[in-house]
Amino acid sequence: MNKKSYKSPIIMFVYIVFLMLPIYWLLNMSFKTNVEILGTFSMFPNKFTLHNYVTIFTDPGWYMGYINSMSYVVINVIISLAVALPAAYAFSRYTFMGDKHLFFWLLTNRMAPPAVFALPFFQLYSSIGLFDTYWAVALAHTLFNVPLSVWILEGFMRGVPKEIDETAYIDGYSFFKFFRKIFMPLIASGIGVTAFFCFMFSWVELLLSRTLTSVNAKSIGATMTRTVSATGIDWGVLAAAGILTIVPGILVIYFVRNHIAKGFALGRV
Amino acid sequence: MSLELRDVSMRVNGQMHIYKTNLTLEKGTMNVLLGRTLSGKTTLMRIMAGLDVPTAGQIIWNGKDVTRMKVQDRHIAMVYQQFINYPAMSVYDNIASPLRLMKKSKDEIDFAVRKTATLLHLTNELNKKPLELSGGQQQRCALARALVKGSGLVLLDEPLANLDYKLREELREEIPKIFEESGAIFVYATTEPEEALLLGGNVATLWEGKITQFGKSSYVYHFPNSATTARVFSNPSMNFFNIKKDGDYIYFGKDEKELASNSLSKLPDGIYLAGFRPNYLEIKKYSKTAIKIPVHLNVTEITGSQTYLHITHDDNYWIGLIEGVHQLDFNSEIDVYLDTRYIFIFSKDGVLVEPAFSSIDNYKEK
Repeated sequence: MNKKSYKSPIIMFVYIVFLMLPIYWLLNMSFKTNVEILGTFSMFPNKFTLHNYVTIFTDPGWYMGYINSMSYVVINVIISLAVALPAAYAFSRYTFMGDKHLFFWLLTNRMAPPAVFALPFFQLYSSIGLFDTYWAVALAHTLFNVPLSVWILEGFMRGVPKEIDETAYIDGYSFFKFFRKIFMPLIASGIGVTAFFCFMFSWVELLLSRTLTSVNAKSIGATMTRTVSATGIDWGVLAAAGILTIVPGILVIYFVRNHIAKGFALGRV
Repeated sequence: MSLELRDVSMRVNGQMHIYKTNLTLEKGTMNVLLGRTLSGKTTLMRIMAGLDVPTAGQIIWNGKDVTRMKVQDRHIAMVYQQFINYPAMSVYDNIASPLRLMKKSKDEIDFAVRKTATLLHLTNELNKKPLELSGGQQQRCALARALVKGSGLVLLDEPLANLDYKLREELREEIPKIFEESGAIFVYATTEPEEALLLGGNVATLWEGKITQFGKSSYVYHFPNSATTARVFSNPSMNFFNIKKDGDYIYFGKDEKELASNSLSKLPDGIYLAGFRPNYLEIKKYSKTAIKIPVHLNVTEITGSQTYLHITHDDNYWIGLIEGVHQLDFNSEIDVYLDTRYIFIFSKDGVLVEPAFSSIDNYKEK
């Protein structure tokens, strides 16, 4: 055994400790009372309590935040996929004037920070009555998710030989039947990874969701940043909310864990 | 049933891929498209299939113009060089899929699928996914899907090219049987002259987007109408050299002079292009009518029981294929012998003037 392989488990351990430390601290806090959080330093809760979680699941001000976030994330994922699937198919199968430029231009949409779009979206949605709805956030997020989805899906689709399309047409499949019955199962993992990337952006994004909602469609991120009340910050509930916000991400990552690397390479592995 | 290409031509991005072509394929015939890579075999096949619309001309199927008809409505079948199946479906569903689209009854589909699977030795693989099969089985699955429809036109685009030697031989024997059972028009593209001869039927030789000759395989082989056809329909390629006929003698190479015999003796005086297949070149004089040709030997290749000679004669690059293992010095001057019985005579611009005597004998025997 050489020195390198002897050391690597230690490095790995240290890395994971540093990585997990804040999450552990969050978990630790979520089971403590506010008095304990502010008063003492303890590695474990002295007085274990689920009170913080109970607050979140009973107070509509909190749990509606999750429902609102999930609603616009799901709408966003569905819109992004519905738009990106045909677009990516076109880019992978056809050549047309300016196709390469258009394809690159798509990605430049992601180069601007969301803050740039906050004002125009706010003004536009206010004037057409979309402000403070799920649709406002979902549509705003598609600006960032559709280009990425097209890029990822195009990579996966390019891996499917064109002859499969032609064979299906020869066999008598219409385009839509071919797309649904043969093509989509072939790129199922790509669709899963794309959905994950859309989810990840939309779930995490704070600025647009905060700007475009006020009461009815307030996202969990916005709820968490507006938790200061007359009695000060409720640290314990905030920690519990943080933990609950991580959970959906972990679940989704679990399902696409085997395909994520290919997704990060935009399907071009 | 017949398929007719009428004045069909294809131009892609300003480049001619298929020059004006007329071709009629009759019911129940095996038609081989023979040509090198990029000669236009696949383009021609895609036009027949309806995957590409020709730039000009018409495609007539049973007397009906189908040039602009959608692929889905043509009811043809096609097998690609790559093994194309639907990976998400089982082999059974793969074979059944064209029938399901035709809205056949369940029993009908089951019967047809099992019959075709038996024909192609896939009975034990029906529940597997295509990617779990070997290459040969995958291609058989693709063939089964093409045949199960019972369509009148089956297009096979180099179906055996990606298979290993053993499987290729096996499938090559099966294809004529399958063909006879189906009674459809088969079109089979290949780069290998042997395949064209083994499959029988008709052959169309393609050269740079032109069909140079179309006819019965053995006829085209023995009586190529031009030097180009002969070149395509010969493996290794036919060797050529210029000769001058003057009286009873022929002159060729630097200062060689030989008595004209066989087809050469009938020629009027003049300059011609002589061609012969590599397997008729010998390094000993076996026949009275053999002529001696001094050549430069570049290199030899020994493949088991045969020896390939790579030689240069008067700036022409030749290949000789000789039975047995021969150890010859590389880069040396040697004499090779060629029986004039096997010499095809073409005019200077490549049109057949006299077929080889051997062709006349061999074709009569059949």
